[in-house]
Amino acid sequence: MLFLGLTAFAILRLRALFAVVMLSSVYSLVSAALLVHLDAVDVAFTEAAVGAGISTVLMLATLALTTRHEKEPTHTSLLPLVVVFLTGIALVYGTLDMPRFGDPSAPIHHHVAPKYINDTGSEIGMPNIVTAILASYRGFDTLGEVTVIFTAGIGVLLLIGAFIREPDGNTIQTMEHHLVLRLVTKLLIGPILLFALYVQFHGDYGPGGGFQAGVIFAAAFIIYALVFGLETARRVVPGRVIRIMLAAGVLLYGGVGVISLFFGQNYLNYSVLGSTAVAGQHLGILLVEFGVGMTVAAVMVSTYYVFSGQIPPISDEEW
Amino acid sequence: MIQLIIDSFSWALLMGGAFFVLIGATGLIRLPDFYTRMHGAGITDTLGADLILLGLMLQAGFTLVTVKLFLIGAFLLITSPSSSHAIANAAFTAGLNPQVAPDDGPDGDGS
Repeated sequence: MLFLGLTAFAILRLRALFAVVMLSSVYSLVSAALLVHLDAVDVAFTEAAVGAGISTVLMLATLALTTRHEKEPTHTSLLPLVVVFLTGIALVYGTLDMPRFGDPSAPIHHHVAPKYINDTGSEIGMPNIVTAILASYRGFDTLGEVTVIFTAGIGVLLLIGAFIREPDGNTIQTMEHHLVLRLVTKLLIGPILLFALYVQFHGDYGPGGGFQAGVIFAAAFIIYALVFGLETARRVVPGRVIRIMLAAGVLLYGGVGVISLFFGQNYLNYSVLGSTAVAGQHLGILLVEFGVGMTVAAVMVSTYYVFSGQIPPISDEEW
Repeated sequence: MIQLIIDSFSWALLMGGAFFVLIGATGLIRLPDFYTRMHGAGITDTLGADLILLGLMLQAGFTLVTVKLFLIGAFLLITSPSSSHAIANAAFTAGLNPQVAPDDGPDGDGS
């Protein structure tokens, strides 16, 4: 926690924006470690993948478009500091009333949580209770999350996507500067994609699931685009395919719910999808997590395409 | 008895890894030039992390955890040196030249 406080303070006070981006990546990594310490491994996985990985890449891509140093503030911020300080004190005073962390008699451990912990084995039959809660017991919330991610992706595409520079034919990519990177990237993309599939489908048994897998899947394409150039990457995975994947993920999730309606049950009741209720739950969670993974991967890749499509390509003479 | 040997090996590897991480961190702060500092970062990432992972593998014995740690170690062994190479290469192509010592005369007095 001390590291987190120090890093946050340094992010606030530094003016060199490159250092700020690196420090925010460090902040995400330290909070992922803190979450592992608190035994919330799924969340830590997602935080490390998104915060320390994709988010840093996107911010660096933005930084290539703007200046390297933050401008001096034009007014002192004493009054906002006082307001934030007072609000912080009020919030801390509010938390003094809450039960101690991990207290077994706290209300949160009495209502729904014991039901989930007790019933996951018999009703859903998978060891990872977090995935069971995420995809089945609280399936509606996750549908909302996927829709929010989808909307964010569309928002980015609408706002910035119209201004992607068309590649002009006269930028040369020389080989000898980047030989090591090209080789290592070619070696690594296969294992990264394989690991993404592993995380996606192993989410029922260990930490993992759709969100983390989508981010790792996107990371493979982003590293390809970084090393081999954006035009090559856009030929491998064109924008059209990304947009179709973006919508297909949400469609798959919603479609699974509609199929349950056709069987006469509630929306998103997976028990009817298989021969037994447990098999139906397994199939439903599999499909739903796959939909989440597709949408997340497509949003990350399309956001990266849009962000780095803005950067003017640097020809070799300008180095 | 065999457990004692494995434990002491694993302790030696973990201590070695921690030692190299500390050296790398000191180098990262105290060395004068960008390229020498990259050397410090590379030591922390590659040597320190891999020694620590080897020590943890010995602690875990013959379980699935060891295989996963081995895969992580192999991944780090490939990616940490290439990321250090990438940063140093980017700095060199952008024009940052390493700081070199002044030339000594043929009899080594320094001029």
